[in-house]
Amino acid sequence: MTFEYSPAPESTAIVDISAQYGLFINGKFVAAKGSKTFNTINPATEKVLAKIAYAHASDVDKAVISARNAYSKVWSKMAPQERGKYLFRIARIMQERAREFAVLETIDNGKPIRETRDIDVPLAAAHFFYHAGWADKLKYAGAGDNPRPHGVVGQIIPWNFPLLMLAWKVAPALATGNTVVLKPAETTPLTALLFAEVCQQAGLPAGVVNIVTGDGATGSALVNHPDVDKIAFTGSTGVGKGIARAIAGTGKSATLELGGKGANIVFDDSPIDQTVEGIVNGIFFNQGHVCCAGSRLLVQENVHDELIEKLKRRISQIRVGDPLDKNTDLGAINSAAQLARIKEISSSGDSEGAHRWSPECNLPEKGFWYPPTIFTGVTQANRIAQEEIFGPVLSVLTFRTPQEAIDKANNTPYGLSAGIWTEKGSRILWAAKQLKAGVIWANTFNKFDPASPFGGYKESGWGREGGRHGLSAYLKGGEK
Amino acid sequence: MLTKIFSFTRAMHSNPFSWQTFFRYNFDVQLVDGTDASIRRFLKELPGVDQVGAEARAAMLATRSIKTASKKWAIDCAISMIDLTTLEGSDTDGKVRALCTKAVHPDPTDPSVPSVGAICVYNDKVATARKHLDSIGGQAIPVAAVSTAFPSGRASLEVKKQDTLDALNNGATEIDMVIDRGAFLSGDLVKVFTEIVYIKELCGDRAHLKVILETGELVTLDNVRKASHLAMAAGADFIKTSTGKISPAATAPVVLVMLEAVRDWYAMTGIRIGVKPAGGIRTTKDAIKQLVLVRETAGEEWLTPKLFRIGASALLNDLLMQRMKLRNGNYAGPNYVTLD
Repeated sequence: MTFEYSPAPESTAIVDISAQYGLFINGKFVAAKGSKTFNTINPATEKVLAKIAYAHASDVDKAVISARNAYSKVWSKMAPQERGKYLFRIARIMQERAREFAVLETIDNGKPIRETRDIDVPLAAAHFFYHAGWADKLKYAGAGDNPRPHGVVGQIIPWNFPLLMLAWKVAPALATGNTVVLKPAETTPLTALLFAEVCQQAGLPAGVVNIVTGDGATGSALVNHPDVDKIAFTGSTGVGKGIARAIAGTGKSATLELGGKGANIVFDDSPIDQTVEGIVNGIFFNQGHVCCAGSRLLVQENVHDELIEKLKRRISQIRVGDPLDKNTDLGAINSAAQLARIKEISSSGDSEGAHRWSPECNLPEKGFWYPPTIFTGVTQANRIAQEEIFGPVLSVLTFRTPQEAIDKANNTPYGLSAGIWTEKGSRILWAAKQLKAGVIWANTFNKFDPASPFGGYKESGWGREGGRHGLSAYLKGGEK
Repeated sequence: MLTKIFSFTRAMHSNPFSWQTFFRYNFDVQLVDGTDASIRRFLKELPGVDQVGAEARAAMLATRSIKTASKKWAIDCAISMIDLTTLEGSDTDGKVRALCTKAVHPDPTDPSVPSVGAICVYNDKVATARKHLDSIGGQAIPVAAVSTAFPSGRASLEVKKQDTLDALNNGATEIDMVIDRGAFLSGDLVKVFTEIVYIKELCGDRAHLKVILETGELVTLDNVRKASHLAMAAGADFIKTSTGKISPAATAPVVLVMLEAVRDWYAMTGIRIGVKPAGGIRTTKDAIKQLVLVRETAGEEWLTPKLFRIGASALLNDLLMQRMKLRNGNYAGPNYVTLD
């Protein structure tokens, strides 16, 4: 007799996916200019979910015009507390429709329902609540006595947290009086399109939020549009650099949230069981599709063996499979392309001499899957220690002294996140001071809050999102 | 005096036919020889517990959704793990006999319901319980006695020993002793340790020893881990959260930390120590959450009444009602299970 958990799938009856979706421009769903569409699929089953309209440059142009009109005629003239009311309303509707958002996100993205239900959707609503409160208090946002919006903001978001990244972008933009043209990721447009419905339901003035679906070319049209005042982008460092080049000399401002190769540093006096949990959360949360993932584990050499043994035992408990099952811990990889990338970089770990370990797990036949994997015996010179894998793959390195840990942690072109595990408070403060990372967690990992600024050093990005710092990125200061 | 105790402990532990006992004997010699210094050194080596992290892990495990076949299995498993308990000043022979009858056949209408793990009473009710169980076919159900001046533990060692002897002589085969929390909190670890050793010595081969930490009075999770290891090093067969007289009792983070302790102890010594949460586990949902904690912390091997018990009284009826609901498809209500 064993205690095997029976399947506990979340019902999908609550979501109503249309066969085809248009673009959301000027408060309405409209057809794109061309007849071109692309499919969005469920990565856990490879089943096509819907046909999505493809926005060409001319569609992007329409969206920007709509946003500009809404900005100059309605949104910038509205009393700040009225703007705040819309945000509160959106937040409440998101909470009311939380289960719908959670199920839809899981179907479109592949991430487990436990995470969409407990993290993505509640945090997205929290971002709207938080920024709703700011709308009439912008003088205290740190942009001086005369804070003003930029105007029309072009926002491009990734596929790893489709709804949450939308919230990170849209909520502060609207609170500060900007209007938005948002491009969701090609593989995960559905929750953004459901959010468009929420905007309608909330009675948000037409054109304040516009959503254009498409691929890199659509994003490029948005970035290069002359009437866009600011770009906010979350995605890969490569694309981020391209955006920086494209807007150089145009006067557009930008916030870029890019890649990372976060160091999770474990000292020998760490609370070991919670450290193991933190490591697991750091790299296997959201299938490792997290820019701030703790993908490089730096362990003090004298506790390496004990820690790895405990870690392996814990990883063996991870439940991989149907993302809609409420007991699933690790869902599907978002796309075939991402799976191929994870496989390619990971295989370099094998060929460069690191030791691969994965627990036994039965992966479904259909869909895109990768088992939780750790590589031990990794050195700084290995590709898997340098490049962002963006998957459930952990590279384990060791260090001997605290200074060596810091040096290795900082020895990367990235600088988004880091974790420190020790029971010694003074060492936490010492290490945090020296780590070149925008977000540092101590004795925890991957914790997010709308009040806390998030962003990177070096090639991990420009600017901050969240908190007062994130808010000021959507404001211009100085004299009128 | 300590030397004497420990030579005795060793003699007791050094059964040459069991390599596990042999290992434990060696382990005692290596790490804890009963001196204050050795106990401190041993407990200091233990890693700390981060409370926020432990609470988060326990909360995450509480989201596990146990349905259909797994729920049916879990309900029967939980019933078989219950230490059906009455520990009231108002306990009478009649009350104890009623409880024993229920322990053997929890649901008189359904013989497929398993018997509970044990009956747990004060020492003066042990004889009544044993006799009644034997007379109704419950010979296999052990009687556990709370002991050592339960629940406070505030009595002399002599009184505690006599308390335990009474219970053993009346037929108890499980002793649920309390540790001296005052001594633990004041740093007198030797006192806590030696009391357990003495009681274990009395239990000998006659009874299993469960050591109640009363985690609600130890408060911090660091203390829970330390007390768990201290009790195991002193000879506990089981570590138990609470007396049921203090709140909070068997909270999920506390049980998590204790399960981690027995898991680590097994890794060190090859010996599996049992865990018994007690107090506050009243519903089927609560009980299933406990089983999930066991499965994902200590492991499947602990999912047996030999290694996991739940100290409870009201829980049994809720499990029976949920069991009926799974069987019949509808919820029968409290009048279809027996009140005792």
